[in-house]
Amino acid sequence: MSDLVAARSQMAVSLVFHIIFAVIGIAMPVLMVIAERRWQRTRDPIYLDLAKRWARGTAILFAVGAVSGTVLSFELGLLWPQFMRLAGAVIGMPFSLEGFAFFTEAIFLGIYLYGWERVSPRAHLLAGVIVAVSGAASGIFVVIANAWMNTPTGVMVTNGAFTHIDPIAAMRTPAALPQTLHMTLAAYAATGIAVAGIHALLVLKGRASAFNRAALMIGLVVGAPAAVLQPLSGDIAARYLARRQPVKLAAMEALYQTRAGAPLTIGPPPGIKIPYALSLLAFHDPHAVVQGLDAVSPDERPNVGLVHLSFDVMVLLGTYLAVVGLWAGWLALRKRDLAAHRGFLRALAVATPLGFVCVEAGWMVTELGRQPWVIYGVLKTQDAVTPMPGLIVPFTAITLLYCALACVVAVVLYRQIIRSPVA
Amino acid sequence: MTPSLAVTLAGIILIGLTAYVLLGGADFGGGVWALLASGPRKQAQRELIARAIGPVWEANHVWLILSLVLLFTCFPLVFARVAIGLHVPLTLMLIGIVLRGSAFVFQSYGEGSAAGRVFATASLITPVLLGVCVAAAATGAVPVEPRGSFVAVYVRPWLTAFGLAVGVFALACFALLAAVYLTLETRDLPLQEDFRRRALVTEVVVVGVAVVGLFLLPAALSIHPRVVALTAVTAASAIWSLWRRHYALARVAAAGQVALIVVGWGAAQYPYILPPDLTIQAAAAPRVTLELAFTAVIAGAVVLFPSLFYLMRVFKAQSKNAMR
Repeated sequence: MSDLVAARSQMAVSLVFHIIFAVIGIAMPVLMVIAERRWQRTRDPIYLDLAKRWARGTAILFAVGAVSGTVLSFELGLLWPQFMRLAGAVIGMPFSLEGFAFFTEAIFLGIYLYGWERVSPRAHLLAGVIVAVSGAASGIFVVIANAWMNTPTGVMVTNGAFTHIDPIAAMRTPAALPQTLHMTLAAYAATGIAVAGIHALLVLKGRASAFNRAALMIGLVVGAPAAVLQPLSGDIAARYLARRQPVKLAAMEALYQTRAGAPLTIGPPPGIKIPYALSLLAFHDPHAVVQGLDAVSPDERPNVGLVHLSFDVMVLLGTYLAVVGLWAGWLALRKRDLAAHRGFLRALAVATPLGFVCVEAGWMVTELGRQPWVIYGVLKTQDAVTPMPGLIVPFTAITLLYCALACVVAVVLYRQIIRSPVA
Repeated sequence: MTPSLAVTLAGIILIGLTAYVLLGGADFGGGVWALLASGPRKQAQRELIARAIGPVWEANHVWLILSLVLLFTCFPLVFARVAIGLHVPLTLMLIGIVLRGSAFVFQSYGEGSAAGRVFATASLITPVLLGVCVAAAATGAVPVEPRGSFVAVYVRPWLTAFGLAVGVFALACFALLAAVYLTLETRDLPLQEDFRRRALVTEVVVVGVAVVGLFLLPAALSIHPRVVALTAVTAASAIWSLWRRHYALARVAAAGQVALIVVGWGAAQYPYILPPDLTIQAAAAPRVTLELAFTAVIAGAVVLFPSLFYLMRVFKAQSKNAMR
């Protein structure tokens, strides 16, 4: 394994874990606030129990996310010092704002968790709302920094150095809107559906308690609308890619030749081809010209096989989640009892892990699809890596450590939240 | 002369690091005492530590992220060079941070405390390596150009007697802070006595290691005698107030002592941000970035300080009554 591959793998492992902690950390406070609000209205102790469980879940994920986030902010320099040397002054701004949002979240999470008896009910609920808002804000700021790597704006590159730096223009990079929208919805969809799915499974196993029903419904309230909206934000992202990062789009769709009326390829190439569909999706015009991989030399193309596979996985599973979300909406409109519909419960239980798989696959698409660049069109990944040799050692250590951490989190989460109340 | 924007931001980063040392450091110190819990009140000691750390754990640790982010925004060159030259100790320090986080999660929410203790023990490398990294940076040991053998570039610069002394010193300081703070977290007199004794012993260790460190101090780094004298005075007042059981005063003295050490380090290497060659001015990002970062810090402070004050008031007011 070369040092470059080891560095990329270490970054990937760190992100693969962190993204799960972050996604749950963003969406779970929303569940917890909804449950607390219902408790304040109905005085049904089930909702208080749920709010407390989800608050503990948020706390666990937040503590672990704080740690894995610290690791990542160090790794930016430890693995990619040349990238940080160039880009630090440009994208430091969203990271700084993220730092403050994160700090706010930490403070109010402390108040929420330990302040049940110490602050007024209204102040307590407000603390929960602040946790939810600042959690979403910190996610958005980090994704903006990533968006800049896809469409670098606010700098001029002269002889490999950055001049005319404008950090505000960098934050308004064209990729920012499609990426933040897609990622924020993904967090709510994945977490909401996962929570609903777990409780659907418990209902199916014969534990149709009021507790499981309440948890299932709140999970759906957060997850289903996000899952239904996600394909729309995906469409915005795809149309942005067609104009700004055509190579990434070509890799996602395994389109080797530039052509008009491009078909959509599903499955490993040659795969199933749907005529005109790609032109239609990318430009909303069946005869539009879509740029293929042949537009750039082979050494500037990403790994098409992996990017295309990840994209197909994301779209396929994302569509499934959207269908489940629509089904939930349909049943709710017809005033049917969702927790009594076994077919729906089965579909929901199957969906439990799929949102997280989508999130991982989506990040594979955007990160692998940008290669060989770390800053698209400006700095290649191989030129950003640290000169330190033997990077396989930290990669192995971090991987083992994160596996242990994930086990800790899984065990603790199960004990603290999912396990039904004994009473 | 008013300090330039770059110097102001370097000062803010140093303040952030000081806050991390005073708050996050006490958390690592709490880990030390949870590990060394002994005597008839062993369990009560551990519970007190967990109760004191719980509400503020995350907030304490964000100081490190904040300082780091401001460092790579305002001084990207420093971050890049430190990340290359100190790759090995920084990675080990990160592993310690992950283990500390795991131990916290386990001890706060889990039941298997044996595994938690393993993690907590391993996480003690973090304060030591933090000290090692600071020592390497302060003495100008971080290589300017990564040329030479692996050992010459990535190991020898930081693996020095002075570096290790600073590492042990950092660990002792963190343990001191934790013990002193803990005396104020309980109304239970025997428990308070436990931590008073621990604080006194640790203060003696801190002073001892400091003397050794001053002997090993490389000529490249000169600490102003007035800073040394002032720190000695705060150490003496910490000992005196612990002895007389003036715990609130002891807290101020111990925190002041450790803060003086961090600020003294910053003053000792001024105007260099990374000796031997990078001054604060030379390493600074373009002015527009500094201005924006400064604005963000001010805006952040406007939101954060009232919030932090609220957090501390909600949770630490009660323990203040404990001493009365």
